Amino acid sequence: MAISRGFRGRRRVDADPTRIPPGQYVTPDFPVLSAGPTPHTLLAEWTFEIRGAVDKPVSWTWEELLALPSETPTFDIHCVTKWSKLDTSWRGVSLDTLLDGVDTSAEYVLAFCDGGYTTNLPLEDVTGGKAWIVYEYEGAPLEPEHGGPARLLVPHLYFWKSAKWVRGLELRDRDEPGFWEMYGYHNYGDPWKEQRYRGD
Amino acid sequence: MAQLVDETAQTKSLVLEVPGWAGHRAGQHVDVRLTAEDGYQAQRSYSIASAPEDNYIVLTVERLADGEVSPYLTDVLGPGDPLELRGPIGGYFVWEEELGGPLLLIGGGSGVVPLRSMLRHYFAVGSSIPLRVLYSARSLADVIYREELTRMTEDSGLDIRFTLTRQQPAGWRGYARRIDVPLLAEVAFPSDEDPLVYICGPTAFVEAAAQGLVGLGHDPSKIRTERFGPTGG
Repeated sequence: MAISRGFRGRRRVDADPTRIPPGQYVTPDFPVLSAGPTPHTLLAEWTFEIRGAVDKPVSWTWEELLALPSETPTFDIHCVTKWSKLDTSWRGVSLDTLLDGVDTSAEYVLAFCDGGYTTNLPLEDVTGGKAWIVYEYEGAPLEPEHGGPARLLVPHLYFWKSAKWVRGLELRDRDEPGFWEMYGYHNYGDPWKEQRYRGD
Repeated sequence: MAQLVDETAQTKSLVLEVPGWAGHRAGQHVDVRLTAEDGYQAQRSYSIASAPEDNYIVLTVERLADGEVSPYLTDVLGPGDPLELRGPIGGYFVWEEELGGPLLLIGGGSGVVPLRSMLRHYFAVGSSIPLRVLYSARSLADVIYREELTRMTEDSGLDIRFTLTRQQPAGWRGYARRIDVPLLAEVAFPSDEDPLVYICGPTAFVEAAAQGLVGLGHDPSKIRTERFGPTGG
């Protein structure tokens, strides 16, 4: 690697370096990155659906989702555009709760969203207490810019996997790349292995 | 880096000679990686300002006062210094002629950078697709590529509308406010012409432009956005 003559950088002293994946920097802000306009779906028309390789698709209305037992996960999040944000707190429903009772042989999921966005994940990365459908951020309803009314939260992967405006999961026997995965981002996206782009 | 060009008080263009560059598409970005002597590294993304047809890769960087990387690029890096790049990256905020038109480019502040790559590409391929540009800046002095855009207007009839949101020169005949729905309605192709729209700028700007166009009946799937916040550099 080439040394950048005269570059010293600004190491943060207030963040535990073991919490910052390679190539990331910590920000107190919450930047917004989206490929298109922010969708605004009426809650009365909103559903969350699990479909695909299942015996019978299952779906919840907004009211039904809110009535499910909720959890308040707090995690560091890492965006592929290099920012990390520590100790973000959310409220939502664990995907273990939503997938409970769903009988499937599928090994992958494709999350689908208002606005047409998709992202793909192994099923085992959204089960076992690793993923939620969240509708509150820091104690307030999740703002549309940040994915409200509800987004996927999969904090152990780069944040493009935590799909905004999520409307459901399609269970799949075979993996299929989602939106950014088709445009050259890494298929899996582990920030600790710095899997930003295809080939990493 | 071959050359450093002052664009505005806050922005400079880094003209880079990149041996073995495999080419890029208009609108893509690169990751820049800086390495300190002790191995500490910092990375940021910057849009490519040059067209695929240009001989050099140009990055136009806005200097953020509290930034970690941008002040180094604008103030410390000198001609002849090496710079580590990765890219090109991104495949969605990209314009190519076969995507069709009409084409509407909307930029706020340094969000004009990837649009400039598209504009240069548009002229390089001699496209006849109807094109309009809307560029929002704080003042005339903050307009990046002003001479080049003026030349494109005079030589090629580029239809570019400016809005200067904070300060306007005497006799200014362009817009003088933040973009809003009536302004978009005047500038944008009508929604029934189904234009392809690229919007780049700060988040609030992009939200206003994109929501405004959706409200005017534009197809959300024809609106491609790229947003950056105050922490981008």
